[in-house]
Amino acid sequence: MISVTRRYSFPASHRLHSPHLSDAENARLYGKCNNPFGHGHDYVLELTISGEMESSTGLLVPLARLDRFVWEKILRLFAYRNINVDVPEFANLVTTTENVACVIGDLVCRHWPESFGDLNIHPAKVQIQETDRNGFELLLPVPDVEDTSAQRNESVMVHA
Amino acid sequence: MLITRKAEFSASHCCRAAALSDRENLEIFGEESHPAGHGHNFIVEVSVAGEPDPVTGMIIDLKELKDILEREIVEPMDHRFLNHEVEPFGKVIPTAANIALEIWRRLENRFHSSRCRLARVRLFETPDLYVDVTPPVEA
Repeated sequence: MISVTRRYSFPASHRLHSPHLSDAENARLYGKCNNPFGHGHDYVLELTISGEMESSTGLLVPLARLDRFVWEKILRLFAYRNINVDVPEFANLVTTTENVACVIGDLVCRHWPESFGDLNIHPAKVQIQETDRNGFELLLPVPDVEDTSAQRNESVMVHA
Repeated sequence: MLITRKAEFSASHCCRAAALSDRENLEIFGEESHPAGHGHNFIVEVSVAGEPDPVTGMIIDLKELKDILEREIVEPMDHRFLNHEVEPFGKVIPTAANIALEIWRRLENRFHSSRCRLARVRLFETPDLYVDVTPPVEA
């Protein structure tokens, strides 16, 4: 089995605040991350692609194509933006990095077939570093029904 | 249990398909297709799976693993132009995926005599791009 992982980064700001909690509860739960004016990170996104290598080129996917896809579908929405304010998916969603990973995973999977339907590859994992010390991995469901590999399950792992 | 050892080799390569035009090669391989080649500090992380030996407490002697990587990978590939000097890259395009597969093939039978087996080859072409090879691998 072969996979290729590409790393991107995007600077963005956010604020952790749940509308289901009082201001005092939000402040207690999220601490500094609840600062009303928000704060920012240089997020690092790693996208892992798995599947068949094109034997004539030795590539799973031309990198320029993958980079264009990630720019158009993901980075364009997040880079130099306030995630709470500028990314519509977060209108009713707390901007924890767990949720950022899930939204990015969902965007990747939703747009994948229209962009890479001609290749026998699928997105396998999204990994996001909020900082060097906080990492989040999301395994994406394998789309092919014939594939019964262990990667079928979807999970979020939080590294403190 | 996995044990991972890292090695580094600096090499040049050029990724282009002889059957395609310059323009097509540029579209598919980008700057990697420049005919005279360019170089990277490739980093390879080799993971070996096994159980610790009850006497030594080791899956594999790290010195032995280091020597295998040195002999099979670093010595033949370090400071070489892969397309011209390292087989099979006279015929096979030395993309990161193909280099990782070749490293897998060179290593997979080197652990027969011990208690462990090759579990993963991870090859970084740059800090922003790596390829993983894990079983099953086509012969």
